[in-house]
Amino acid sequence: MAGSVLEIKNLHVEIEGKEILKGVDLTIKGGEFHAIMGPNGTGKSTLASAIMGHPKYEVTEGSITLDGEDVLEMEVDERARAGLFLAMQYPSEITGVTTSDFLRSAINARREEGNEVPLMKFIKELDKDLNFLEIDQNMATRYLNEGFSGGEKKRNEILQLMQLKPEIAILDEIDSGLDIDALKVVSKGINKMRGENLGCLIITHYQRLLNYITPDYVHVMMQGRVVKSGGPELAKRLEAEGYDWVKDELGIEDETVEQNA
Amino acid sequence: MTVETKLPYNNEYIEQISTNRNEPSWLRTLRLEALEQVESLEMPKPDKTKITRWNFTQFKHEFTEGEAISSIKDLPEVLQEYFDQDNIPENLIIQRNNSIAYATINDDLKKQGVIFTDIFTALEEYSDLVEKYFMKDAVKVDQNRLTALHAALMNGGAFIYVPKNVQIEEPLQVVFWQEDAELALFNHVLVVAEENSKLTFVENYISSNSEQETIANIVEEVIAMDNAKISFGAVDNLSSGVTSYVNRRGVAYNNATIDWALGQMNDGNTISENITYLMGNGATSNANAVSVGRGKQIQNFTASIVQYGKASDGFILQRGVMKESATTIFNAIGKIEHGGTKANSEQESRVLMLSPDARGDANPILLIEEDDVTAGHAASVGRVDPLQMYYLMSRGISKEEAERLVVHGFLAPVVDQLPIESVKKQLKQVIERKVY
Repeated sequence: MAGSVLEIKNLHVEIEGKEILKGVDLTIKGGEFHAIMGPNGTGKSTLASAIMGHPKYEVTEGSITLDGEDVLEMEVDERARAGLFLAMQYPSEITGVTTSDFLRSAINARREEGNEVPLMKFIKELDKDLNFLEIDQNMATRYLNEGFSGGEKKRNEILQLMQLKPEIAILDEIDSGLDIDALKVVSKGINKMRGENLGCLIITHYQRLLNYITPDYVHVMMQGRVVKSGGPELAKRLEAEGYDWVKDELGIEDETVEQNA
Repeated sequence: MTVETKLPYNNEYIEQISTNRNEPSWLRTLRLEALEQVESLEMPKPDKTKITRWNFTQFKHEFTEGEAISSIKDLPEVLQEYFDQDNIPENLIIQRNNSIAYATINDDLKKQGVIFTDIFTALEEYSDLVEKYFMKDAVKVDQNRLTALHAALMNGGAFIYVPKNVQIEEPLQVVFWQEDAELALFNHVLVVAEENSKLTFVENYISSNSEQETIANIVEEVIAMDNAKISFGAVDNLSSGVTSYVNRRGVAYNNATIDWALGQMNDGNTISENITYLMGNGATSNANAVSVGRGKQIQNFTASIVQYGKASDGFILQRGVMKESATTIFNAIGKIEHGGTKANSEQESRVLMLSPDARGDANPILLIEEDDVTAGHAASVGRVDPLQMYYLMSRGISKEEAERLVVHGFLAPVVDQLPIESVKKQLKQVIERKVY
């Protein structure tokens, strides 16, 4: 069987003592593209952060496994080496570390000691992906994310996705703050990676991104749970009609996880 | 409470070493007068670091010859790594204990009148020139007890002189190797760049004594005459047995530039001050320094730029990484004197703590005596950002490697200023060794 399987069962997550996720169930297989949609404050980004192991999020109940392995038992770096990747909504700026040095460290972290990627090969592959994503070559020698525009940061996240070739990629609002041209380029990068070896979870507010990347499955999140799932047609309907019909259908009055309560 | 600092060396001893070295009489007089003042002068008072119990008086001073070498390949392995074997500098002096083990200089530079030699040869051959600058305008004999002690007991160093209009592109490098574990290093470096000249100087201090205790009392004077440009790099890497006093001072006249890139990597207790006087109009100095503290070492670094000239420009940039139970104080002092109109004084000091027992402090100080100036400062003491670690680790990079990247990145703005590629590489290696 090609690709990996990420299985999330009854996931409950707290931040600073407050429960945000209240029982999420979701399975992503290699080759499948899933979109998670939903209004603000429903727990979408929390799900992404919890899967990757963000230090502020605490899993209180449920399980996450990757090909049967317990992800929650792994450190953040082990999760990445096991095949998970999260394109972050707010990537950190790392002063003094160039994008290219960082990428080489990340690639080599996946390889055995003594089997590091040859420098020339690395540069060639990097140049290829930079060109593909229409990124200025000098980004490679700039400090990671430092002084990058919002669009540059997003492109850089996709550059990392292309370079690191994970099994399961989670894209947390990769479309936010992008103009239409940047959105097209970012989508082009993601679509290039599409294949039976990549499972993908796309988190977004807007249907807009899904015009460029057609998901196989669409899920709606409210109140810290997946409340509705369907095919690409679900995203279209949400775009056209908004979320109120979903709330009506399910009898939900306040879709958020009461963060402001 | 004051601790008596009885000197084990007297007048006869000073006269003896001066005679043995065949020193000019002005220096003998200067040494003897300095010795007289030692007892009455105060110890330096580094801000927020108590040095009353530090050893500055227990050491061996008797002349100790170091074996000469004919090629860099004859150096022990620990020193080999300080050089790029395929690219041995053309202008290089290696001081081993109290003598010169190796010295080479490009012939063209010699013909142009460049002097690049050890301090004792300079005293024999260019006595008047040395006298003109030696502990006159940059560091004074009576600055404190340790500078007086330095003058009395100076036992090594180098003299670099670049004549008017001579612009040197290739760097001049000196390695001070304290091979004898007990020998005290009273090292004096004097760099003079005449009008409209240019040079790059890089020095290394190396020792490997962790058991035996000794001291290093280092005074360095850097003089840039009108329009001269000096780029000064250093990697101090004395080991834990050495208590160090390092006093590096620069004087820059009209439109002159002195840029410092100091790798302060000693493993023993260290007080280090780096002061640049911008005397002339349009003079500039960038004082860049990095330090890594480890073990139980206590360090105090003062970087200061004192601006007298009009439209002068001073920028202090300090970075420190503290691990284990090391303690380090970083003082940055920007001073604009009365009359220094249109001067600009900037400073940034940042300290990164890697362990809960490490102590670090950054004290930004601006002293402004003039209205029409610009000045700014930034200082911070913090720990590694957990979100940076999360981000790096989320790409598969291990915790240790992620921390290593953050630390190197944190120090990079200063390390990248080092003027010689091989020395930059070497500083990175020293940082690597000290941090991991």
